[in-house]
Order: sequence, then structure tokens, then C-alpha cells
Amino acid sequence: MKPGERMPRQSEPMEKTKVIVGLGSCGIAAGAGKTYEKIRQLRESEGLDFELKKTSCVGMCYREPLVEVIDESGTYLYGEIDEARAIELIDKHIVNKEPVRELVVQSDLFDTPDQEFLGSQVKIALRNCGYIDPESIEEYESRQGYASIRKIAEDGISREQVIRTVLDSGLRGRGGGGFPTGLKWRFAFNAVSPEKYIICNADEGDPGAFMDRSLLEGDPHSVLEGMIIGAYAIGATGGVIYCRAEYPLAIKRLRIALNQARAKGYLGQDILGLPGFHFDIYIKEGAGAFVCGEETALIASVEGERGMPRKRPPFPAEAGLWGKPTNINNVETWANIPWIISHGPEAYARYGTEKSKGTKVFALAGKIKRSGLVEVPMGITLRDVIFKLGGGIQKDRKFKAVQMGGPSGGCIPEHLADTIVDYDSVNATGAIMGSGGMVVMDETTCMVDVAKFFLDFTQKESCGKCTFCRIGTKRMLEILIRITEGQGREGDIEKLEVLAQEIKNNSLCGLGQTAPNPVLTTLRYFRDEYEAHIRDKKCPAKVCKQLLTYTIDPEKCTGCMVCAKKCPVQCISGERKQVHFIDQEACIACGECFSRCRFDAVIVN
Amino acid sequence: MRVQRLDHRSAPEVTDAVDLSRIESLIEKYRGRKGSTIPLLQGAQDEYGYIPREVFNHLALRCGIELSEMYGVATFYAQFRLQPVGRYIIKVCHGTACHVQNANKITDALVEALGVADGETTEDRLFTLESVACLGCCSLAPVMMIGEETFGKLTGPEAVKIVKNIRIKENEARGEDAPSI
Repeated sequence: MKPGERMPRQSEPMEKTKVIVGLGSCGIAAGAGKTYEKIRQLRESEGLDFELKKTSCVGMCYREPLVEVIDESGTYLYGEIDEARAIELIDKHIVNKEPVRELVVQSDLFDTPDQEFLGSQVKIALRNCGYIDPESIEEYESRQGYASIRKIAEDGISREQVIRTVLDSGLRGRGGGGFPTGLKWRFAFNAVSPEKYIICNADEGDPGAFMDRSLLEGDPHSVLEGMIIGAYAIGATGGVIYCRAEYPLAIKRLRIALNQARAKGYLGQDILGLPGFHFDIYIKEGAGAFVCGEETALIASVEGERGMPRKRPPFPAEAGLWGKPTNINNVETWANIPWIISHGPEAYARYGTEKSKGTKVFALAGKIKRSGLVEVPMGITLRDVIFKLGGGIQKDRKFKAVQMGGPSGGCIPEHLADTIVDYDSVNATGAIMGSGGMVVMDETTCMVDVAKFFLDFTQKESCGKCTFCRIGTKRMLEILIRITEGQGREGDIEKLEVLAQEIKNNSLCGLGQTAPNPVLTTLRYFRDEYEAHIRDKKCPAKVCKQLLTYTIDPEKCTGCMVCAKKCPVQCISGERKQVHFIDQEACIACGECFSRCRFDAVIVN
Repeated sequence: MRVQRLDHRSAPEVTDAVDLSRIESLIEKYRGRKGSTIPLLQGAQDEYGYIPREVFNHLALRCGIELSEMYGVATFYAQFRLQPVGRYIIKVCHGTACHVQNANKITDALVEALGVADGETTEDRLFTLESVACLGCCSLAPVMMIGEETFGKLTGPEAVKIVKNIRIKENEARGEDAPSI
């Protein structure tokens, strides 16, 4: 064959063209269910010959609904395919074999503007999300699924060796704590008891984080396989997945996956011929309490009680569920395990920094152009995540801060955007890595308001056991409310700082110990904003309603009377076609006139 | 701490007849199993939409769980409701992403349009307005969910319009004139 000449096509028949619709929760929310139905109808009514399949979230939430077409020429991932576009897509690509290039967000044939979003990612935990049908165990198996537990059984890898592998990989708890997973396993392994438990913490309560949901919806078997390997290593007899009841789709897919795994002998008695390895998993639906993310509270909840933490020691590894040794890891941690076993600890540790190995999944949201789910190697800078992957700030506004770690974390300001993503560097800023929520804020976000938002959350979610957490957070919230309402007093900032320290020092569990973090970090980096609220009674970001004044620009006002009609307190006066006027004494600063004016004549200050 | 108590003085007496036989199979499934308080309450709520007083008494009697313990659990978790809810539960997301994209405006607009406070049910028992922590569709913020359907990238007036349309449809189905909300 001459150089450059293409291999002649195999004579065997080409596989059928595949059309795959992304049906994760976010996709469905964006209308993917309707898109799927439309494509199905078209296939029936037009008698078209292609395979229609379902998958879950590939992470590009900002382009949902996503439809992928795989034909003999290559792969085409189409974005924002509503019903109308689905008709166009099927007509052009399937019937006429002409791909609709302007709708393609990713392809293996040509470059797209969205390439950057996927380019810097390293998918380990999310390796199958968006690529397989989560309701099919065969598809999971076809991508090396359950190969790791098979390898353990076939090669006779000992329990100690499995723990050593996890330890060597450097994997640390992905739920936020960052405790070395291998070490945790070793503690549970060392505990002597005929009964031991494995728990998967899927109580993703952090507002602004949805990694675990996507993983469970997109690749439930990887979590199950991780748990099975963990059970083998520590010698567990029972497993529990504690999942938020707010995630009905995740629970449904887990149930399907569990039944499939049982039918194939990955769960049950003498699993894969490993003598004496009996293990099964059941799902426990959480009932909505943020504090249940804490290990001991979670255990109390599984036992059917109020989810209140207790003091440690004894740690769950010694006395956990029903008083037996218990090992708890979060969803993402479990999903990493099969990959580490099959690829080896060195392959995993190749990514990341000295003390934080591997990759981390983040949920990008807020005022960012490309929101969605990304998995990046540890050590990448926040700036790269936000500007390269995330595409920068919506409407090209100024980047102000990124919130990491949810209610336990903090706001990292723009001047620290070159902070690298690893446990220790993020901790140094006062935030925490947390479970992986990254909420991006721009100049229109008020940091006092953000602190108030998180404190309102933790205050409600405090279980009430520790006085400082129960009452202290309430007092802090009251101070923040009065600051944002223009009633702030000199000394409030200092009072917040004192209360924050007291709460941190005197609370039993992580919820209380970290609850003041959002206030402390915003005080540290945005103190001037607090001062502006208290001293000048101004909200620089123009968010806190009571601190705003509304006036009418006489140059722009056309006298259309819309604002006057809509004003709930009738404080706007003016004749038709005359410049209107707002009575500042009577104005309640509701902002109705501002949102109604079509001529930008209402000025906010 | 969420404080959720039944106010016996002002709460209107709920007179719905509660058919206790509807939870018989649930009781059979969980009776005697350890740690089953939460699944029992969840199952009961699935059946009735909330947990009526009679159900608490019945479960206590049949399953041997202390009434105080059950009430303690039911008031601890956000999921459990002690009052009947409307046919449509409007869940307005107040996760971080929705908050920075102005979710408060959605709730404010709905509070005004429905004439109920956050967490309350309209008099005709059609709507219950709730704030939830995070629905996990952060990229569509601000979001609300009615039944199984999610509505994203909302504004206050849009949210009100969606709710209004549901009410019009419901009233048409009942053959009444649509009152303004």
C-alpha cells in the first residue's frame, strides 16, 4: 500500500447509526424528555433505521438538551436540541446524511468552540458519565466495568494489598474532609468484629453541588463496584447507600443497578467465588437534613433516629452503624476505586500535587458562561477552571469571587484566582475544598448578602445539640440581617468575629465548626463592603434592597406612567407625558419601578 | 434549627377522614425491623401527602414506636409535613446558584400572587409554596419545580404566569370561572 492510501473498508456491515439523548436530571429539566420522545416518534413515523439510546449527563449543563449522533463518519454531539431542532437534526443528519455543523458542540472530526470545556478535563470518576446507558449493566461491563473486582478474585489479590493500593494512590475523601481513604479503610480492617458495614454517603446537601447526583444518575455501577471492593478489603457484611430523597432519578437508577448486580452475582453469597465474601447493599432514603452529611449523624439517621452527631471517639471505624465497625465514603470517592484498582496506584498518583493526588469533580454554577460538571486534575488553578473551562463570566462582567465548599466553605476573591486546586492551598485561603461546588460571583453579587444566605442555611440546619451552634448562628444571622437592612451598628463586625470564633471552638461536629467560614472569609477579603453597609448605608453591589434609593432620570423619563401604576405604595407622581418623581420618604425600595421601566429611566443608587 | 410545631390554638382542625387501611402493607413490611421509623413515616407521607395525627397514633400502636420518638423524627427532617398540602407543590430552589441569580424575586412574586407565605398552602388547597435547598439544576438558575416538571431561567412574572395557567386549567376542568390570583 502506498503511503497516504487509506485502508479499504472492511466488508462487514457498518454498525447502525446511533442517536443518544442525554437524560440526566438537568437534561430532563431542560426538556430532554420531550426531545427524546420527538425523535422516537420521528423514527416510527418516518420508518427510519437508527438505534435510539439514552445516556446521562456528560457535564455540559449549559448546552442541554444534548443529543449525540454516531455514524460511520464519526461522532457529533449536538447542543440545545429542543423539539424543533430535533426535527431539523433528524431530517438533515439522519435522512440526508448532512451533519448540522453549527449545532455541534463536540466532534472527533473538527474543532468546536466548546472544545476547551472538555479539553482540560481528566475523567476518572466520571469516566462513563454520558457515555453509557446507566440502566444497562452490559454497557458498564463493556467499558471495563466490574473488571476490577474480577481482577481481585481471579488474581487472588489479598485484602491488605487492596488497601495498600488505595493508600498508595493518595486518594483522599472527596466528600470534603480530605482524609486519606486507604487509612480509613485500614482502621476498619483492623477492627475485629463478625459484622462490619460499608456506607456510601450520597446525602449531597450542599446547596450548589450536584456532582454526586450526576454520578449516581450517570454511572451507578461504578459506585457499587467501589463499594464491593471496599467491602472485600475491610471485610464488610452489609452496605448502605444513604441517598437524598430529593434525588428520585438517582434512587431509581441505583435500584435498577442493584438488581442487575445481584442477578450477575456481583452481590450476594460467595461473590465471584471469593470464599466467604457475602455482601449486599440496600438504599436508605435521607429525609432532608444537611447535618446528616456528618458521619455520626448519618449513622443515627440510618438507625431511624434524629440525625444528631455524637462525639468521637469512638470513631465509626470502631463503633459505627448498630455499634459495629463502619466505613463511610462519599459517592465520588467510591467511583474512583475501580479505576485505581484496574490502572494501578501510580497511574492515579500521576495526576495532582504532592499531597492531593488524582482528580476532583466540580459543579460549576453561578455567573459563569459554561455551567456544568467538570473533572480536573488537582493542581489546576482556579483561574483556569473559571476562565478556560468555564469560559469566563456571563455578560463579560468582572469576576469578583468564587465560593467553594458551600456553607462550610468560603469566598475566594479575584486576587487569589491563581490559587491551585488542592486541599491545602484551598484551606489556606479560608475556604475548603468541600464536596466540589464552585459558585462564581461577579460584581453584581453582594458579599454580605452571600454570607447572610449561607448563615441562614446553617442556622436552619443546625441540629440544635450544641448551644453555640444553635444560638450563636442565630445571633450572627440577626446581625447580618440588620446590616443588610441598613440597621448595622459600629461594633457589629467585631461582634461577628467573636461569635464566629466561639462557634468554631465550641461545636461538636463539622457543621458548627465550619458554619462561620462564609462570614469569616467575606470579612477577610471584603471588609470594605461590610463597612459600606454599616457606615455609609450603601450596598456597593446594589443587592440589599433597603439600602438602595430609586430616582427618575428626567432626561430619559417619557411619562408613560407604568411605574406610577405599578408602585405598590403610590409614591410616584407625575402626569402623562410629564417627568415622574419618586417620593423618597414614602418609597419602600421594592424595585418594582426599576424592573418595569422600559426606558432605563429609573436610577438605582 | 428549624422549629416546626403544630399550633393547636390557631391551626384549623383538619377534618379529612383518614383511611388507615391504606398503610397496612407498609406496616407489614417494616414492623419489627430495626431503624424503620423514617421509612414508615416516608411511606405514610407518600400515601397521604402529609402525616395526619391519626397516623402517628396508629403507627405507634401497631409498630411499638414511642409517639414522642416518632414526632421527634418527623419534626427533625425537612421532608416531613404535618399539615395537608395542596395538589401542586411549588418548590422554589434557593440553592447558592439560584440565590445569586435572584431566587428571592421568584418567591416574593409567588407569595404576592398566591397570597400565602412561604411554606403555606392556598385556601383552595391547590398550591403549596415551598423553598428548597437545591434541586441540582444549577445551570438553569433560578429554578422552580411543580410536580415533576422543572421550570428554569425564570423571572418573577414568568413564575406567576405558570402558576396562573395551572389554576385556569384546574378551574376549567371544574367548570368554574377563573378567579384572579
